[in-house]
Formats: sequence, structure tokens, C-alpha cells
Amino acid sequence: MRPPSRSFANKHEPLPSQRPDNTAFTQQRLPAWQPLLSASIVLPFFFLVGLSFIGIGIGLHYSSNSIQETEYDYTGTLPGEACYECAVSAAKFCNCNITFNITEFFQGPVFMYYELSNFYQNHYRYMISKDENQLSGYLNSLKNPANECAPYRVNFEQKPIAPCGAVANSMFNDNITLFYNENGTYVEVPLNGKGISWWTDYNLKFRNPIDGNLNLSEIFQGTAKPNDWLTEVYNLSDDPYNNGFINEDFIVWMRSAALPTFRKLYRRIESGNFTNGLPAGEYQLRIVYTIIISFQGRKKIVFSTVSWMGGKNPFLGIAYLVFGSLCTVFAIIMLIVFLKYQGKIDDDI
Amino acid sequence: MDSWRDCFLVRWVWQQLGCDPPNHSETRTVYVANRFPQHGHYVPQKFADNRIISSKYTVLNFIPKNLFEQFRRIANFYFLIIFLVQLMIDTPTSPVTSGLPLFFVITVTAIKQGYEDWLRHKADNEVNGAPVYVVRSGGLVKTRSKNIRVGDIVRVAKDETFPADLVLLSSDRVNGSCHVTTASLDGETNLKTHFAVSETAILQSVANLDTLKAVIECQQPEADLYRFVGRLTLREHSEDIVRPLGPENLLLRGARLKNTKEIFGVAVYTGMEAKMALNYKSKSQKRSAVEKSMNSFLLVYLIILLFEAILSTILKYAWQAEEKWDEPWYNQKTEHDRNSSKILKFISDFLAFLVLYNFIIPISLYVTVEMQKFLGSFFIGWDLDLYHEESNQRAQVNTSDLNEELGQIEYVFTDKTGTLTENEMQFRECSVNGIKYQEINGKLVPEGVTVDYVDGASTSLTLEEELFFKAVSLCHTVQISHDLSDDCVDGLRFSNGISTQLEYYASSPDEKALVEASRRMGVAFSGTNGDVMEIKILGKLERYKLLHVLEFDANRRRMSVIVDSPSGQKILFTKGAESSILPHAKSGEIDRTRLHVDEFAIKGLRTLCVACRRFTPEEYQEIDQRLHDARTALHQREEQLADVFNLIEKDLELLGATGVEDKLQDKVQETIEALRLAGIKVWVLTGDKHETAVSVSLSCGHFHRTMNILELVQQKSDRECAEQLRQLDRRLKEDHVIQHGLVVDGASLSLALREHEKLFMEVCKNCSAVLCCRMAPLQKAKVVRLLKISPEKPITLAIGDGANDVSMIQEAHVGIGIMGKEGRQAVRNSDYAIARFRFLSKLLLVHGHYYYIRIATLVQYFFYKNVCFITPQFLYQFYCLFSQQTLYDSVYLTLYNICFTSLPILMYSLFEQHVHPHVLHTKPGLYRDISKNALLGFKPFLYWTFLGFGHAFIFFFGSYFLMGEDTSLLGNGQILKPNRQLMFGNWTFGTLVFTVMVLTVTMKMALETQFWTWINHFVTWGSIAFYFIFSLFYGGIIWPFLHTQDMYFVFVQLLSSGSAWFAIIIITTACLFLDVVKKVVYRHLYPTSTEKAQLTETGSGINCLDSMCCYTGGETACVSLRRLLDRVMGHCTAPRVTRCGTSLNSLCCQRFSYKLETDEPAALDD
Repeated sequence: MRPPSRSFANKHEPLPSQRPDNTAFTQQRLPAWQPLLSASIVLPFFFLVGLSFIGIGIGLHYSSNSIQETEYDYTGTLPGEACYECAVSAAKFCNCNITFNITEFFQGPVFMYYELSNFYQNHYRYMISKDENQLSGYLNSLKNPANECAPYRVNFEQKPIAPCGAVANSMFNDNITLFYNENGTYVEVPLNGKGISWWTDYNLKFRNPIDGNLNLSEIFQGTAKPNDWLTEVYNLSDDPYNNGFINEDFIVWMRSAALPTFRKLYRRIESGNFTNGLPAGEYQLRIVYTIIISFQGRKKIVFSTVSWMGGKNPFLGIAYLVFGSLCTVFAIIMLIVFLKYQGKIDDDI
Repeated sequence: MDSWRDCFLVRWVWQQLGCDPPNHSETRTVYVANRFPQHGHYVPQKFADNRIISSKYTVLNFIPKNLFEQFRRIANFYFLIIFLVQLMIDTPTSPVTSGLPLFFVITVTAIKQGYEDWLRHKADNEVNGAPVYVVRSGGLVKTRSKNIRVGDIVRVAKDETFPADLVLLSSDRVNGSCHVTTASLDGETNLKTHFAVSETAILQSVANLDTLKAVIECQQPEADLYRFVGRLTLREHSEDIVRPLGPENLLLRGARLKNTKEIFGVAVYTGMEAKMALNYKSKSQKRSAVEKSMNSFLLVYLIILLFEAILSTILKYAWQAEEKWDEPWYNQKTEHDRNSSKILKFISDFLAFLVLYNFIIPISLYVTVEMQKFLGSFFIGWDLDLYHEESNQRAQVNTSDLNEELGQIEYVFTDKTGTLTENEMQFRECSVNGIKYQEINGKLVPEGVTVDYVDGASTSLTLEEELFFKAVSLCHTVQISHDLSDDCVDGLRFSNGISTQLEYYASSPDEKALVEASRRMGVAFSGTNGDVMEIKILGKLERYKLLHVLEFDANRRRMSVIVDSPSGQKILFTKGAESSILPHAKSGEIDRTRLHVDEFAIKGLRTLCVACRRFTPEEYQEIDQRLHDARTALHQREEQLADVFNLIEKDLELLGATGVEDKLQDKVQETIEALRLAGIKVWVLTGDKHETAVSVSLSCGHFHRTMNILELVQQKSDRECAEQLRQLDRRLKEDHVIQHGLVVDGASLSLALREHEKLFMEVCKNCSAVLCCRMAPLQKAKVVRLLKISPEKPITLAIGDGANDVSMIQEAHVGIGIMGKEGRQAVRNSDYAIARFRFLSKLLLVHGHYYYIRIATLVQYFFYKNVCFITPQFLYQFYCLFSQQTLYDSVYLTLYNICFTSLPILMYSLFEQHVHPHVLHTKPGLYRDISKNALLGFKPFLYWTFLGFGHAFIFFFGSYFLMGEDTSLLGNGQILKPNRQLMFGNWTFGTLVFTVMVLTVTMKMALETQFWTWINHFVTWGSIAFYFIFSLFYGGIIWPFLHTQDMYFVFVQLLSSGSAWFAIIIITTACLFLDVVKKVVYRHLYPTSTEKAQLTETGSGINCLDSMCCYTGGETACVSLRRLLDRVMGHCTAPRVTRCGTSLNSLCCQRFSYKLETDEPAALDD
């Protein structure tokens, strides 16, 4: 119903006070776009989305497929496997070697990951078991870790543990080196352990405690290493910029994984003769086997190249392809249905 | 002293708790001027002071009382419990996550209520602090209103309001009368005369009053404005004079003194005990159907919540049965954990899951619904279509709780007089002494006489005619306005002929019409002088002493006056409904008058019969005595009066009958037709005569000529009635083709309702129109209740304008008052008030429809978005050993409902218009699409719930697969640093899910929105932008006060991943895909009539870009955008840019016309 039109001509006569304002807002007549989800709009849109998603899907699938990835399980649960001895022995240090062949050239840079399965880094009790202040280098927290760290807060001597907590305690500390069989002799492949953590974690979030001119080992005096560690935190590396709390392996471990099966970046292969990648041939992984495997999971080493969209991820491409096709098929079916029923619908409307 | 203090304390506590101390005695004794007897038995009574407290809170008790009020709400209480549980046990989510939203909700509500209370305080203070004059210690003392005590003598001057309920002692007039208007109490604008007891009326000065020794005994305070029973005892020359006090002696607080210089009165009821204050009592709460379904949804979700929590707890313990999962080497428990009691652990685990999933109950639902209702209701008052130009009244919303109920109405019960009709009475015909007369051009023409015969002034009246009109002009409660002549208030006025300028004021339009008609016929009522009524018969003044007035009441349906005629004869004139006069008539042309009355009724005229009775002096003496006794009785005064009245009003001599026409309101027929097309059944309930009612019913389109009209009238006995009902039922069943209308009268109705409710309902439901006539007010309410509680539980609406409709208005689900001529009582008791019946169609078909759609979507969407929110959290438990690890960060948990997703839905629920209002109004059938709570039924609820769960699964598993199909590796090649490969942790995973969720949920809202104003654009895209900006900000800083820095740079890292973007796009699209498909398929294959109607609009032609900006007709958004740019860059002349600039600033495009209405000039230059 149209509101009674009123003339604005008569300015002298004051409007009655009760009269509501005749504005678009009060009369609910704000100009508005009123889209209708009708077939004529939706079908072209479906076609567009469907086809473009198929296109994207093909692209993603291709680039995911172009990524080379290979993995080696070194858990050693079965007798006869290379690391079986280490897995069952109680020794603290145990060496085992795995020899394997790469049949195709791995286009560099190549990334090396370790993968653990059935390891619940996302367990609530586990995840809260750390002291962020300690890791940020606060001296108070170093000597007096947060209660959340319990039972990994103090060691049997009641000395404060640094870094405290379950997360730090269970850090992956197998030491893995890679050798390339170059004409019968094993040449060590240079592995780069730097630049594997988040820039912000390494530079801002994790800080070593500073106390005057004391060096790291002096500052950590009076603290204990985590129970399951082999070495003190200030002895993780010779490189002072990769030692203590800012050790990148440590930082990588501290970012707890979302799911019980996870990979973490271990090393990058990007220097020496292997800057361009790993040539085909025989390789050997030399592992210092330390982490206790009673977590019922598997341990793997993964080599992977990388594309613009990240690591190997076939699902994204497949999802786009499937959804794009679905969209197109739906669009076609609906088109047919609507063409067939067009007359009837028109009658109805 | 101590005991006094105790008493005071106790009383104070009682008052704070809202309980008044019980009144022990049935009467209160008031010593005038508080002059207590020095000796003798005297029990001091305690009275409330004259402070009006309409506010609920004080500064001190605001916080506890308001909190208590708020936590009485089940949802708030639930969240309080959750919060406390979080505080007590070790839970994964910090108490802040539920504490902050709860705090937010409570604060918003508290601010709103606090503000309202502050306004009340302000109003209270103004009233309580108003200056008044009180007679104390022999002089006039100025004090504040709140200091008036019971017993004080108060002076009130002209045009002031009375500060308390006063018993009138004297006025400046000799006879002690004064005029008041009670417009602010009951809306009646006529002047009412109140009287002082003659013994006190002479005390017109302060000095005189000081000598007064008197005691007033009256009943304890009660809310009825029109009831007051009391007794004044004067001690004069050591002898007691007792005088009765009635409503005519009582001046009510809130009424205003008119036409009287000043009065003195003694305060009897003060402060919260005044009748006005007692009438403040809040009405019983009505709850809408939507609210009921909301609560049942809540229950369903509570069950889902409990189920999920129990399932999780059980699964947790199933997992933990094995040592290796319970306590692997890398995740040892503390000693304390190991040793704690198993049962306690189990309970605390269950509670922890409860806390983890508690967000499935949407905390902000209630506060959003409340805001939506409160803000949305403004649109009713703002609507120009609901504004009545002539009476300058806009629609009024008394409660915003029922907005959506307007869209659910199935039955409309309407009053006739003043609702369907104008209540503007026109005298048409009368019957005097068996002769029918018609009024033609202001002349009375007997039946059968041609018009041209009477041309000159009416020269003479027959004796019968004269007596008839004398009766008409004496037997009434009409007042004459003296407003024009302020200086004539001395009681000596209108002694000579100025009759033409006289303005009559009456609470009953019938009376006014009759008195006016009588004046035209030559018998003019020219005012009262004290208790003398003056009438001029053909210019000759006659004075009648008014001896008694037997007031009108709804049971007797007649009123009478007893006057002393100039010849000294005591005559009773009575007038009333024919059913209450004719049976008591003894002489006169009874049969022919009855015939005439029926004829009038068939023409749709309102009929009244007029009769008189002459008393012999002895008779009168007896009557006078009995009346006096009854009036002074303190107990059962009403009953005694009724008996006396019945005794007096008998053996009448019938003088004649009048026929008054009441014009139909504008567009009543169209409105009723529209309502019927909308599937609403219209019942007319009226107090009028059967024939009148039927004829009005026919003329207003309620009954059609083609309808078969069934009757259930004049049933005398139960059996007869049942038989008739059965017969009607049979007839209805036999004849399906034709529409039926049913007429029931009050007497038959009460019979039908007593024993045969079911049968009666059966008959009623099969009739397309029902008319109930001769209804008493309570019967109206009874009919409404009967339908309300019938098995289908239909939603009812009652609309009326008079005090007799109040009970029905309060009984119905929605009560609508018409701001008519019969006072404001209906309006005050209604939920909505409109000026005209025809506005009902827009109120229901447009506003009701919108409100329903808006709130229904709001409710469904709220549950949907919270299911989306919390289900991934539940699913995540399967991947983290049911360790109660949260998927989202605490801050996200907290802000999801109050920041990220709150505004789009609120704005949607304020502005959505799925169909153009014009279409809704012209196609009433669309109303059927939403009837029976269609959008909140079981099916839509299931749909939304499954949609929520479905989306949640897609969010979670989409993220799960896409970010790490067989491993948890989150592959990430950063575009800027291609040789880096970083790991994502659980927080990134959660943030991905959360991001997808915020986008999807907002886009889902966008899909639902069919009316995109710039506000919707702003909040929708703004919410998404806010989420991104906030996350970047939140993740960009190491917050010193936070315990953990889990979210540090997580969001940036996520967004710097190409895969994440692709994942976000595909998950969001996939979620919305099925919904879009469903919508399109249904729209084309099974379109509802609403959807068809959407197509009939010519698409208004506003595109998306345009809607983001304001424009005038013919201009595109780009033009105005360019202007804005020009203005920013300083290129543009000021007047040109103000168009868009001002309109953007003022939140609305002032005076900019809508494109559909291009014929309306876009006037923007005033």
C-alpha cells in the first residue's frame, strides 16, 4: 500500500508532532538489492564454479603429482628390520643404518621429515605441560617452572627442569644423517637444520635467558635436563644461535601437532653437491636410535620436494575435481529438468 | 524506640522484597488534618507515605536485585552454572570463555533495564518533588508532594493534578462542586463533576478548615478507579454528623482540576496506595508461540549436549582402559592425579565435557531476540500507513514481546462499536408514543408525512414529544464545556440563550448524539447549576432539581435520574437497552414501540428505550430513604444499591425509543475480506441487539448475502439449546458448498458453553463467520478463552476500543486496542494500539509476516550456527584421546557469538523483507504460508539442525583431509620464501576450521538475506573483515597478560599458505552448495506462494552495488560514489554532495524515494 503522499510545499504549517517521519529508514524502504536464487542466476553460476573448480583441480592435482615424495619406516618392530635390535634393546645409544635407492632425481630443494604415528601430541594434559615464560627466557620461570609442567617440573633431586613439561621431555632426539653412495664410498649429504621453524618462534617467541655476561651453561646452573633427554638443553648444538631454547629442532617439536600422526620438518638439503636435488642412486640413513618407541606408533623418514602450493597433497586437487564435476553435473541435470518443466512452471507463476 | 526501628527495618525489608505489610482491618480511619482524639480509644494506623515508586531498583539494590532477576531466566542460570563449574574443576577452556559472554549478555540487559529504571526514577523524582500546598498549623504550607501524609488537607489550584487521592472538602463554589478530567487515568476527556459533603463545603478558607474536626472511615486501598466507599463523621457542637462518601467525593491522584479555582481535600490514599498507583500493576506476561518453540528447541539441544558429554566420557574411559593410552611414557600423570578418587574423576570429566560443548546452547540468543523485538517494534510506530491523519495518532506498541505473534493469528475477535464503526453517533429515528419519526434536515418528521410539509422552524411539540425529549435531555451524564468562558466559573452561567454555542462532552457518544438531537428538536439541555438541571423548551427555561442519579452499569444496562420537576412532581426518567426497559414497562405503546425498535435494529441503528415513572410524595420518601441507606452502607454497598435500583426502576411508563446510527469505518469490508483471504477467521462480538448486529455484520462484509446464516438465539433451556446445536451441526455437515455464518446471542452462548462446549466449537469451526451479539464483557473473554484452549490451540487476537473489551483483549494471545472515543482503557490494556480497524490488515499481513519470518530465521540460525561451532570440537575429541583438548583458542570461543557472528543476524532480523510489503498487503493469501508456526515446526528445525551438523562435518573433515590426508603434515610452500617448508600445529588446524566456519556461517546468513540494504552489506562484509583484522591483530602480539601464546602468528602463517586458501574456498563453497541446490530446486519445482510472489515484483532494479549506497531515483550508485569521491578530493560543490553525504550519515536516505514509487517526487529540498 502506498503511503499517503504528502506535499512538502506547505512549509508554514507545522506538521503534527505525532506524524512519523517519512524517511526511507522508518518506512522500511531503504533501497535494497533483492537477489533471488532462481535457476537463471544459479545455473550459470554453477557452470562457472564447476568449470573453474575443475580447472583449479587439474592444476592442483598436477602440481601435487609433480612433487616427489618417498618415505622409509625405521621403527624396527619386526625381527630382520634394520633397527629391530635398537628397538628392543634398552641401550641408550644404538646405531642402525638403512640403505635405500632413489631411482629418480629429486628436484631440490629437498626436505627431510620425520613422521611419528599414534603419538598424541594433542592430548590436553600433554599440551598444557609447558611453561611459555620459561621458554621466553624469564629467569624466574627458569628456576621456578610453572605448575602445569608437573610431573615434569622437577627431577628426582627436586631440581627445576629446564625446559620443563611433557612436551619438551618427549622431544624427538633420534639423530639422523644421510650418506650418498658415490662410487662405492659414502659421502655425507649436508643437512641444514636451520630455518626449519617459524621465523616468529625463532626470533621472538623463544628466547634464551640472559643474565649479565654469563654464558648459557652458567645461566642454566641449578636446573636439570628433562628426564628423557640425553643432553642438557645448552648442549643441543655447537652453534650459539641454535642452542638452548632457540634450538630449531626443539622449537619445531614444541609446536604440537594437531593429529596423532604427524610429520615434522627435520632438515633441508640445499647445499654442497646436492643444491639442485638428490641424484638417483644408493643412499644410507645412519640413525642414532634413542627415542623410546613404547608409544605404539611408527617412525618414518620422509623425503619430499615442494611446489608452490606446499607439500604433496593429492586430496586438495581431488576435492576440487570432484566438487567441480559435481557442480557441473548438477547444473546439467537441473538444466534438463527445468527445460522439461519450463511450461509447467510458467503456468504456475 | 528500638522496637520502632525494628519495625521500620522489617517494613523496609518487606518493601524491598516487594511485599506490602498486610492490612489487618477492613477499613482505614483518617483523622482530618491529623487531629487525633486526645483521649479515647485510638489505634494509630500506618499508612504509606506519598512517595510514588514506579522504579524497580535503587542504587544500592540494583546489582543484587537485577542479577537475581536475570538469573531467574533459565538460560542465564544455565550459563552461570557452567561458569561456576569451570571455576571449580580443571577444564580445558578457561572460565573466561563462558564468563565473558555471560557478562556481556548480563551487562547489556542490565544497562537496558538500568536505563529504563533511571527514566522511571527521574519521573518519580519529578512527581515526588512537585510543590504542593498543605494546610498545617493554621496556615498554608508549601511542601513537596512526597511529604503529604494521610489526613493532610491539601489545596489544589486550577489545572493542577491531584497529588494523592483526596476526599473533597470544599471548593471555591458555594455548593462544593468541582470539575475534573481523568484523561490521564482512563482517557475520558469529558469533565466529571465531583461534590463535597455539604457540611464541609462551606469551609472555603484555611482558617475555617482549621476548625474542622472530622474523621473519615473508608475501605482499604483497592485498584478499582470507580469504587470508593467511605463515611465522613463530623463533630459539630459535640454531636456527630455522619455523611456517606462515594466515588463522587473522591478526587483521584493523576486527575486534573478544571474550571474550578481551587479546592481543599483531605488525603486518604497516598503514594503507592493511591488508586492510580495500584493500577500500575504489570499485566500478566504473554508469551508468544515462537518463544515456546524456542524453549523446546533449547531442550532438544540440552539433550544433545548431555548425550555428547556422556558419550565422550564413556569413550574416554573405554580408551583409558589400556595403560598405553591412558598414560604413555611421554605423558605421565602427576601423583595427585593418580591417587584421586575414580568417581570424582569421572564426574569431573563429565563436567569438563559439558563445559567444552556448552556453547551448543546459544548464549546470546535471548539477548539478541530481546534486542530484535525491542528495536524492531519501532517500525510499527514509525509506519506512516498506520498513522491516522485526522486524529493525529500513530500506532503504539505496548509490548514488543508479541511482534511475531502478529504473523500467526488464526482467529480475530472484534468488537463492533467503535472498532468496526466510527463510534460517531448520528440520531436518525425515534418512536414516540407509538409513532415513528425520522430526522430530516434537523426536523422531526412523523412517518408518512412528506418532507416538504415541514419547512419552517419546529413550532410546537406534542405533549408526548415534549416529555420524550425532556426525558432524553435530562437523563444523561453529558457535561457542558465552559472552557471558553473562564470567568464564568462562578456557577452563574448560561442563563440566557446561547444554546447554539454549547459544546457537549460525554463519555458515551450515544448520549451526546441524543442530547444534541434533542436540542435540534427544541428541547435543549443548557447546563447544570449545582444540582439543578436547566433545559430550554423552545426557548423557555425550565429548571429541574436533580435528586438522584442511578448510574449506568453493564448489568442493568440502563440509567435513571430522579428529578424534581418545576411543578414539584418527582419523576424518574430512565433510558436503556430495550431488553432491560420493555419488561419493566407497564403502560405506553409497548407493542408498537417494540415493533419500531426491531425495525430500527434491522436498519443497523442502535436502539435505546426511554421511559418514566412518576412518584407520589410517599413513594419518593421511601425511595429516598432506601437510596440513602444503601449509599451509606459500608458493606455490600453495590449489592444493596442494585436491589434498590431494581425496586425503583419498575412499573415504567414507556415514552418511546431512539434509533442512532453508527457509521462504519473506512475500508472495514476490505480489511475483513483480506483477513479472511489470509485464512483468519473473524468473529464479531458485540453487546448490540441481534438485528442491529446482523445488519452491521452484513454491511461490513462480515456476513455475505450469499451466506447461509444459522442462528442460535433466544435459547431458554439447556435441552433446547443442545437440540438446536445438533440440528445446526447436521445442517452444516449436509451442506458443504455454501458458506455459513452463525449468529449466537449471549444468553444462548452461556447455555451452549455450560454443557455443550465441544458441540458448539464443532459448529463454530465449520462456520466461516461467527457473530455473537448481546455479549457481556466477561462473556467476550470467555469465548476467546474457549477457542484458545480448544485442541488446535489457535492463536487468537482480540481487538476493541472500550472498557468492555478489556477482558477480551487481555485474554487473547494478542490484544489490540483501538484508539477511539471510548477512553483509553482498552489501549492501556492492549499489546498494540492502532487508530483504525483497517490498519489491522497491514499490522498483521505485513508487519506480522515480517516479524515472524525475521524471528523464526533468527532462532533457527542461532541454533544452526552454534551447532556448526561446537560439533568440530566434539569431533576433535576422537583424535585427541578424549582429553578435552579444545579445537579453538579461548578468545575465539569467547568472541564467536558476541562479535564475529552476532551483527549480520541481528540486522537481518531487523530489516529483512523477503517480499515487498505492497505485495504482502495485496495478497493476503501469503499469510497462510507462515501459519501454524510453519518456520519453526519440526521439519524446518530438523533441516537446520542437520544442516548445522552437516556443515560442521564438512568443516572438520575438510580441514582434516585437505591439510593432511594421511599424515598430519600441513604442507606449506610459502610464495615469498619458496625454500621454506613449515609445520602447522593444532592451533593452526583449529584456526583453519574456525575461519572456514565464520565464513560459511556468515555466507549462509547472506544466502538467507533477500533484502540487502547498505546496512546488511556493512555488517556482513564488516563481520568478515573484522574477523580477519582481529585475528591478525590478536595473533600479531605477544600478549603479556595471557598465560600461553598459542596463537602467536598462527593466523598469518595460515593465510600465507596457498593451500589454506584453496581449502577455505572449497570448504565454504561445498557447504553452501547443497543449500543452494535445495533452495533452487524447491523454488522451481515446489514453489510456495511467497516465492511466487517474489517473482511478481518487477525486480525493483536495484543491483548489489546500488544497494550499498544511497541514490535518488534514476541515479546509480556510481554517481553518488563518484560524488563522494569528488567531495573527498574537494572537487565538488557542497550542495551537490550533501545528497549522498547526509543520507549516509543519517543512517537512512532521507526523503529519497523508493524506485518502485517513482511517481512520488523525491523531495529533498525542504
